Amino acid sequence: MGERILEVENLTVDIPVGGGMLHAVQGISFHVDKGETLCIVGESGCGKSLTSLAVMDLLPKKAIRGADKLSLSGEDMRGLSERRMSDIRGNTMGMIFQEPMTSLNPAYTIGNQMEEALKRHRKVSTQEARDRAIYLLEKVGITAAASRLNQYPHQLSGGLRQRVMIAMTLMCGPNLIIADEPTTALDVTIQAQILLLLAELQREFEMGLILITHDLGVVARIADRVAVMYAGQIVEQGTADEVFNRPTHPYTQGLLDCIPIPGKTDRGKPLGSIPGIVPSLVGPFHACHFAERCTYAMPDCTKGDIDMRPALEGGHEYRCLLDPETCQKNAERKGVA
Amino acid sequence: MTETVISAKDVTRTFMISAGAFRGKKPLHAVNGVSLDVERGEVLALVGESGCGKTTFAKMLLGLLPPTEGTIEFGGTPVAGVERLKLAKMVQPIFQDPYSSLNPRKSIGSIITLPLKVQGDPNPETWRRRAEEMMELVGLPSRLFENFPNQLSGGQRQRVAIARALINRPEVVICDEPTSALDVSVQSQILNLLQDLRKELNLTYIVISHNLAVVEHIATRVAVMYLGRIVEQKDTESLFASPEHPYTKALLESVLTPDPSLDVPDTHLGAAYPNPVDPPSGCTFHPRCARIMDHCSAIAPKTIQSGSGFVQCHLYDENEGRGRAAS
Ligand SMILES: Nc1ncnc2c1ncn2[C@@H]1O[C@H](COP(=O)(O)OP(=O)(O)OP(=O)(O)O)[C@@H](O)[C@H]1O
Ligand SMILES: Nc1ncnc2c1ncn2[C@@H]1O[C@H](COP(=O)(O)OP(=O)(O)O)[C@@H](O)[C@H]1O
Ligand code: SF4
Ligand code: SF4
Ligand SMILES: [Mg+2]
Ligand SMILES: [Mg+2]
Repeated sequence: MGERILEVENLTVDIPVGGGMLHAVQGISFHVDKGETLCIVGESGCGKSLTSLAVMDLLPKKAIRGADKLSLSGEDMRGLSERRMSDIRGNTMGMIFQEPMTSLNPAYTIGNQMEEALKRHRKVSTQEARDRAIYLLEKVGITAAASRLNQYPHQLSGGLRQRVMIAMTLMCGPNLIIADEPTTALDVTIQAQILLLLAELQREFEMGLILITHDLGVVARIADRVAVMYAGQIVEQGTADEVFNRPTHPYTQGLLDCIPIPGKTDRGKPLGSIPGIVPSLVGPFHACHFAERCTYAMPDCTKGDIDMRPALEGGHEYRCLLDPETCQKNAERKGVA
Repeated sequence: MTETVISAKDVTRTFMISAGAFRGKKPLHAVNGVSLDVERGEVLALVGESGCGKTTFAKMLLGLLPPTEGTIEFGGTPVAGVERLKLAKMVQPIFQDPYSSLNPRKSIGSIITLPLKVQGDPNPETWRRRAEEMMELVGLPSRLFENFPNQLSGGQRQRVAIARALINRPEVVICDEPTSALDVSVQSQILNLLQDLRKELNLTYIVISHNLAVVEHIATRVAVMYLGRIVEQKDTESLFASPEHPYTKALLESVLTPDPSLDVPDTHLGAAYPNPVDPPSGCTFHPRCARIMDHCSAIAPKTIQSGSGFVQCHLYDENEGRGRAAS
């Protein structure tokens, strides 16, 4: 793969709450290269959104961020002024959120907002900005693009709004796009269209893409690499092929066993399930985060922090005391490998 | 032997919608001439994009919304003539959002026993015991009886909603997106529970879901809705093995199975869901259809029997299809 765009090492997010400190993100490391799609997948509350907000420096005020490394195209983003950060956001780093209405201003037309997105960062005329807006709206599959410029966000359907949001994010030609659940609020039909669009644009403009989702189907189809998160940590990381065809961490295996797969799961037969619920992230926690729910848990699993370790091949790694061969056998027994 | 529990005939529900300042009101046919029989013991799934009329149809089956036209019969008796309370004893809903569908100020126990109270159940001394039995059946520890919804996880709340729906032993349960607000690990627990309860209590389910993988797993029959109509209806196996309507095909292609060797599918489905106040002429799917023919925008397709069900599309109609049958 090409040049490294984003590099994150040992990222933490702590939030003071009533009963102490909530360790929402506990030392996660990942990177994204040019033209590469990294998917961060996990269930609600595992820290996906806070991870992306931490990278963009958009965390809630009371949240505390820490990182050993946080660099975008070689520039250290730790301790940058708010002015420099807001220059980076929307210029070299674009964001797409689940609900486009949170980022589109209902009071301004689509055209106004798209033009502004470019003029904020570049010295261009209104006409030039307008032309680029039309070009990009057409790129994202919006017909009669010129006439859309005068419409307001509420006049568009959810799918169209997400397309506009994507077009707006592309105005400055960013190197990296972070999309947090960009299709979760959409119909499956529209979801497929938006993902196809993102994949095509990413290839065409050779951007790095971080796609955050809880949907394993989305991940399998679009990711080059996958990071599986559980309770504030990355518990498994590898290529899409490695993670889906040789899932190694008991949690990843459990997730894959939970979802019905047309043509594969026996219709009407019980689905796999993961008993219990996610642990509280408040207070110090030195054990495997998955131990309470893991069918393979042993006494050592709760005696200290568990480190990432290499799986059977490549850069594939996971966070568990079980050796890779045992994990592989478990996956085969579960029918998820 | 099949026994029809609910029978809907040519059911239409129209809402009058303001068409903008000074332009008065226009009719929106949220459900448009739907006929459907629900057989005892089956799991009938209703699928289709947001706004196609699934919830509106479900509300009519529940007697919560009267049809504008057409009739709904429950066990041979028109629903219009059945008392609300009596109907509630026979059909019960489970709604999507386990967070907003439970009253935050009521304890779990009083939420689950409320239907008994509403029905004027003559044995109040048995309520607590029956509620605790129901809690055990749906996998809720009975110690939660005095707790409040905000002390429960999403999955536990959905179990409360299920217990509440089942306490009066209804015959039919209508599940509107029962698991879409839940995480996958919790979703599978609830789906397994719904399957177990169906067998144990001999229930009939109508399941509304966006998740076609879930539908394929639990449904015995599927009805595909588009703009207020059922455009294809089949047993689950044939629908998934050989979908006929171009919309059904696009819907099935949109299912993203977790297979990393496959790309995001191109469904060739036009982008925009039409404005229901101003539906397209002829076949209402024609602006998005990959197989549109000349007469599709002029003539609405008829219902054509096919296998165990039917399809509404000119491709399968020898006369209006002008001889161009499906290839
Ligand atoms: N009370 C109402 N007044 C006016 N219009 C309504 C009303 N209820 C529903 N509609 C309209 O009727 C159509 C069908 O709505 P319905 O809620 O049945 O859709 P649905 O298929 O359940 O969608 P979803 O998947 O989003 O839940 C929509 O266009 C909706 O806006
Ligand atoms: N503003 C906040 N204040 C306190 N806790 C928060 C806040 N935002 C998120 N959290 C908590 O941090 C954890 C991770 O949240 P989030 O990153 O939003 O999860 P995800 O996006 O994976 O669903 C959760 O336990 C959540 O409740
Ligand atoms: S470390 Fe132990 S508890 Fe954690 S996932 Fe591995 S086996 Fe299970
Ligand atoms: S009737 Fe025509 S437009 Fe409608 S679904 Fe069939 S082929 Fe497509
Ligand atoms: Mg989130
Ligand atoms: Mg609905």
